[in-house]
Amino acid sequence: MALNQYLILSAFLFCCGVYGVLARRNGVLVLLSVELMLNAVNINLVAFAAFTSNVAGQVFALFVITIAAAEVGVGLAIVLLIYRNLHSPDLDRVDQLKG
Amino acid sequence: MTSQNVAFWILAIAMGVGAVGVVRSRNIVHAALFLIVVLVGAAAQYIVLLAEFVGITQFFIYIGAIAVLFLFGIMLTRAPMRAGDFDNDQRLPAAIVSVFLFGTLVALLVNAFGHDEINLTDKLLEASRTGPVADSIFRNFVVPFEVVSMLLLAALVGAVVIARRD
Repeated sequence: MALNQYLILSAFLFCCGVYGVLARRNGVLVLLSVELMLNAVNINLVAFAAFTSNVAGQVFALFVITIAAAEVGVGLAIVLLIYRNLHSPDLDRVDQLKG
Repeated sequence: MTSQNVAFWILAIAMGVGAVGVVRSRNIVHAALFLIVVLVGAAAQYIVLLAEFVGITQFFIYIGAIAVLFLFGIMLTRAPMRAGDFDNDQRLPAAIVSVFLFGTLVALLVNAFGHDEINLTDKLLEASRTGPVADSIFRNFVVPFEVVSMLLLAALVGAVVIARRD
């Protein structure tokens, strides 16, 4: 199998995530897109672990999975707080610092 | 074309459709379910790449915990179950940025790794079983492992502090 097919799949997932983060307005949907990007990184790490026959890539993929879990927990707490204060999960309405 | 290649392409097409569904779906629950398709596909790709422990962990943590957390988040923010407009007015710039990024990445990757092959040998299978992965975590990466456990604790406390009602 070519190494590139995994890398290009992961690049595609990452670019979908970038589009979602930039174009979505709902906080939960932005977090979903961030998850997409973290998954793309994991696919890269595991593909390189298989390519170099070195298990370190898999260990780092496990660390990334752990950090993704932590990130979702804190991120959803922040979205809940925004919802509670503004009565809407729209991130475009968080503009109190705008002059 | 080997059987691993066939499995890769089936999973890759499903993951691509799922990823586009996550960012383009007009129903927020459908977007979360599309994300589950992508996560299951990624877990299967890890198993194709002989990374069995990472695949099972992906299955348990992402689909078991994170996907349920997202559905809770959708429920608690009272998102409308019907189709609605969840996009802002940056759709065109976002599409330009992501297509440009994809083109750049593909050009770089083809240039850098165009001739590299992954050989799924028996030696690789033995090296990436759960035992060697655990050895590596607790021998070479024990300090990052402890740091990650502290990070999880901090995130747990932080999430409780942020989300609780006073």
